[in-house]
Amino acid sequence: MSNQSLEQQQQEHLLGYRQLAVVLCLLLLLTVVTVAVSYVDLGFFNVPVALAIACGKVSLVLLFFMHLKYEGAIINISFLSTVLFLVIMIGFTFWDVAFR
Amino acid sequence: MIAHKESGERIDPTGIKIGMWLFLYSEIILFGGLFVLYAAYFHRYSESFAAGGEELDRLIGAANTVVLLISSFTVAASITALRLHQRRRCICLLLFSLLCGVIFLVNKYFEWGAKFARDLYPGSETLVGGEPGLNIFFGLYYIITGLHGIHVLIGMVLLTVSLVWVVSGRATAERYSMLDNSGLYWHLVDLIWIFVFPLFYLVL
Repeated sequence: MSNQSLEQQQQEHLLGYRQLAVVLCLLLLLTVVTVAVSYVDLGFFNVPVALAIACGKVSLVLLFFMHLKYEGAIINISFLSTVLFLVIMIGFTFWDVAFR
Repeated sequence: MIAHKESGERIDPTGIKIGMWLFLYSEIILFGGLFVLYAAYFHRYSESFAAGGEELDRLIGAANTVVLLISSFTVAASITALRLHQRRRCICLLLFSLLCGVIFLVNKYFEWGAKFARDLYPGSETLVGGEPGLNIFFGLYYIITGLHGIHVLIGMVLLTVSLVWVVSGRATAERYSMLDNSGLYWHLVDLIWIFVFPLFYLVL
């Protein structure tokens, strides 16, 4: 019985308005940063820096807006598997193209 | 967890959510495939891609990013509102999110329109007769932003259905899976845009 109520609490985790607003502010801040950085020529690092900031933004959206942080093992593991598959798909293709 | 309703009907919110995520994985792979194409051609024609990126207005791109981020926030907040029994606030937030979707698409219309006016569209003389890299850049630009635009439209349809369900009382504080899943879809649209924006508008 107590087990179920614990499960119920996890299931119904609720994000407050303030928490969501903080996430939005961080996302807007990172958008400003990525636009500002794009005016600076970093040479080789242009693309990696832009993608790193994008990954940070995506993580915030996934963890809080899509409440992945509060999901159970099934969704977390399957999501990470999808990301792993994506990394293999993009990484190996690019590897092949770059060193052909 | 399986909830029992008064009618004896059983609902499984976790199962519903897992089903939605499985669908989202297929969407991630769909756009991932397009990003693979982008990466491979970027490697081959990096100068043309940089020239193509110059043609895009990064301020309009940034404005659209901000619009989508804000709408993602309002959708997430609308779920919180529904679960806190604040139906009126939930409805306002959803209406505002739909407005953001409209603003995004109107922006896109003007953006594409400006490109068309400068003879930059699939099959145009400038692109077909010019640098192959530039043609590929704009081909990918139209495919990816077009497919993303269709996703924005679908997301707006889903949010509208959820809105109707909230208004009609079919979606409630205890039973909000429809709104929750529409929200997940809307956030996915946002996620894709977060990658599209630097790849197309900020390439250097």
